[in-house]
Amino acid sequence: MSSAFSCLTNSPTPQLFLYLIQMSLHIKHLIGLQNVPKEDIEIILKSAKKFKEHFQTSKEKLTDLSGKTIANFFFEDSTRTRTSFELAEKRLSADVLNFSSSSSSLSKGESFKDTVKNIEAMNIDMIVVRHSSAGIPYYLTKYSQSIIINAGDGAHEHPTQGLLDIYTIKEKLGRIKGLNVCIVGDIAHSRVALSNLWGLKTLGANVSFCGPSTMIPRNIEKFGAKIYNNIDKAIEENDVLNVLRIQLERDAGNNFPSIREYTNYFGITEQRIKDNNENILILHPGPINRGVELSPEVADGNNQVILDQVTNGLAVRMAILSLLSKT
Amino acid sequence: MKIILKNIDLLNPYQKLNNKKIDLEIIDGIITEISKNIKADEDVKIFDLDGVVAVPGLFDMHVHLREPGREDKETVVSGCRSAARGGFTGIGCMPNTTPTIDSAEVMSSIKQKASDQLTNVYIIAAATKNRKGELLSSMFELVENGSVAFSDDGVAIKSAAILKRVMEYSKMFDVPIIEHCEDESLSGGVVNEGIISTQLGLKPAPSIAEYLIIMRDILMAEYTNCKVHIAHISTKKGVQMVRDAKKIGIKITAEVAPHHFILDETKLLTYDTNFKMNPPLREKEDVEEIIRGLQDGTIDCIASDHAPHTIEEKNLPFDQAPNGIIGLETEVGLTLNELYHKQILSLEQIIEKLSINPRLILNIPVPQIKKGELANLTLLDINKSWTVNISEFFSKSVNSPYGGTKLKGNAIGVINNKKMFINNKFFNI
Repeated sequence: MSSAFSCLTNSPTPQLFLYLIQMSLHIKHLIGLQNVPKEDIEIILKSAKKFKEHFQTSKEKLTDLSGKTIANFFFEDSTRTRTSFELAEKRLSADVLNFSSSSSSLSKGESFKDTVKNIEAMNIDMIVVRHSSAGIPYYLTKYSQSIIINAGDGAHEHPTQGLLDIYTIKEKLGRIKGLNVCIVGDIAHSRVALSNLWGLKTLGANVSFCGPSTMIPRNIEKFGAKIYNNIDKAIEENDVLNVLRIQLERDAGNNFPSIREYTNYFGITEQRIKDNNENILILHPGPINRGVELSPEVADGNNQVILDQVTNGLAVRMAILSLLSKT
Repeated sequence: MKIILKNIDLLNPYQKLNNKKIDLEIIDGIITEISKNIKADEDVKIFDLDGVVAVPGLFDMHVHLREPGREDKETVVSGCRSAARGGFTGIGCMPNTTPTIDSAEVMSSIKQKASDQLTNVYIIAAATKNRKGELLSSMFELVENGSVAFSDDGVAIKSAAILKRVMEYSKMFDVPIIEHCEDESLSGGVVNEGIISTQLGLKPAPSIAEYLIIMRDILMAEYTNCKVHIAHISTKKGVQMVRDAKKIGIKITAEVAPHHFILDETKLLTYDTNFKMNPPLREKEDVEEIIRGLQDGTIDCIASDHAPHTIEEKNLPFDQAPNGIIGLETEVGLTLNELYHKQILSLEQIIEKLSINPRLILNIPVPQIKKGELANLTLLDINKSWTVNISEFFSKSVNSPYGGTKLKGNAIGVINNKKMFINNKFFNI
């Protein structure tokens, strides 16, 4: 039986074991949260909770992915996401193959289809892929037999980040439905923003965006999201801010006039929190530009849950890996 | 050689010709008789074409032949054969080859290669040297060698300053400037800017990049009194601007590619690079305005923007794959299926847009179906049901999104230059 917690058959928590094996997902791959049904998201969140509880009390490896080979294909730089996936895979006893390359073989003229064929020839069960081109994970689902998990593709989606953000919000505030969640920063170039939008909307939250207009995609209000250009108002009217990293090199002088102006008008400070909403919950996918989108005090303060996000990311990824391997 | 097309319908709105079930005799490529029941003697080849309509040979004024430079994608010969199979006896080829078509030498090499083909190739030479938008190309020389228009297609003519000089200079030859309307400073996107580009996470290509240049070109055409032709129009506002410009007498014409009157941006949701083109597929309301523009004559022609690419290149990640699809062998079927059978255009209007208007714009004589004329005909079977099979294409490339599409109506043959193509074979007549 290759189910979750099968190593715990004799453990004192048989209910937990039964509970998990009954759950299965509708989705076969995790490409984005746009079309993931509500039940699936709920199953992932519930499973993640069980995984988190297990690892808070035990270092014992689980055997969910025993005998499975997982390839982590990172065609773009990543530290957090890659290590989180790798650790999640190892804690579930998978055989792990890592491939990291910011200058992939594609730049040497190999077509992506050839790359896929090469991966295929290695007989791999699951592929975790990060790529700077949007659509690559989707493309893989068409041309590969493996189960595909998107670890971030261009400005499209980063579904595991979205799920870990949702998990963290639910953990801290007890619910998602009816919450006002504002995503702050460069929405136009963010894969995190979209995954949050879809997942949170599916679970009944009200999602809004805040940032300079140059960083808010055209017509995004058609997705039913409110737009703020005033950070104070966003803090005041929301329960949660998910603050994105600003790409300083690319955006300063282009999408906004200067870092100084961004920080002054969109940066989140203790004072702003105090003035507008002391209970606001602050998430950030990292890495933080301290003193830009978050002041150093806020980055280490009581409203933020940044390290919880990292811990929860591991639990959420274990849940996804385990659940998808059963489909 | 003598052939007789029996029981054929003849339709040429340009010469107000509309005959039903008549016989057409062609000897050595020249129309020698049109009448009922032409008697056949022994050495004559007879085609019974009951239900088929002969129209003046179709003309596609926007084709990328890729030669010289990318003969792996298409050559002059494969492009001509593809055109003939698609129903075209004439094509206009774009200058964005390597080297650019901006000299008599490159032109003569293309003309040489096309010289024994059924389909005539008319060259649209570069408006500026190497299409760089800096120096005027040698227009006197190019026109003398047969250039029928000038274009920097692939990009718009770079600046208002060089456009002004291009229009002023080219006016001497009464040839149009064909513009790929895309503001360079707003270029680089890969799908139409809007909710689809956001959902897909792909770099947006704003529609205003097109109609900013259309507006610039309308004003410059008015100012210089030069003819301008808008290539592959894709936006609602662009169509409206062309309509208004025509009303006030500006010498402007426009073409549209089948994909822009049939498909919208929602096709992109699967990241299929066969739907990646420039201009990109736009929104539903753009398609609707284009249809109105076709109906009211704002849009003069249908042209494929036939853009062959290798499978290898099209299989690159979406943001890296090249733009464009091949279109010569699906254009007639798509047009008849989508515009004629859906009662958007009459057959006469379709012949104007696929045969007459492109020639009038490029100052090329429109073929006449009458005694003594060279037979330059396309044979249309309006009601033929068929399925697009990409493996049968004569084009060297296969980058088409229409494989497996069921269509009603197609060209079943062409005659031109004392050659005939029918039943999938070329032969001399």
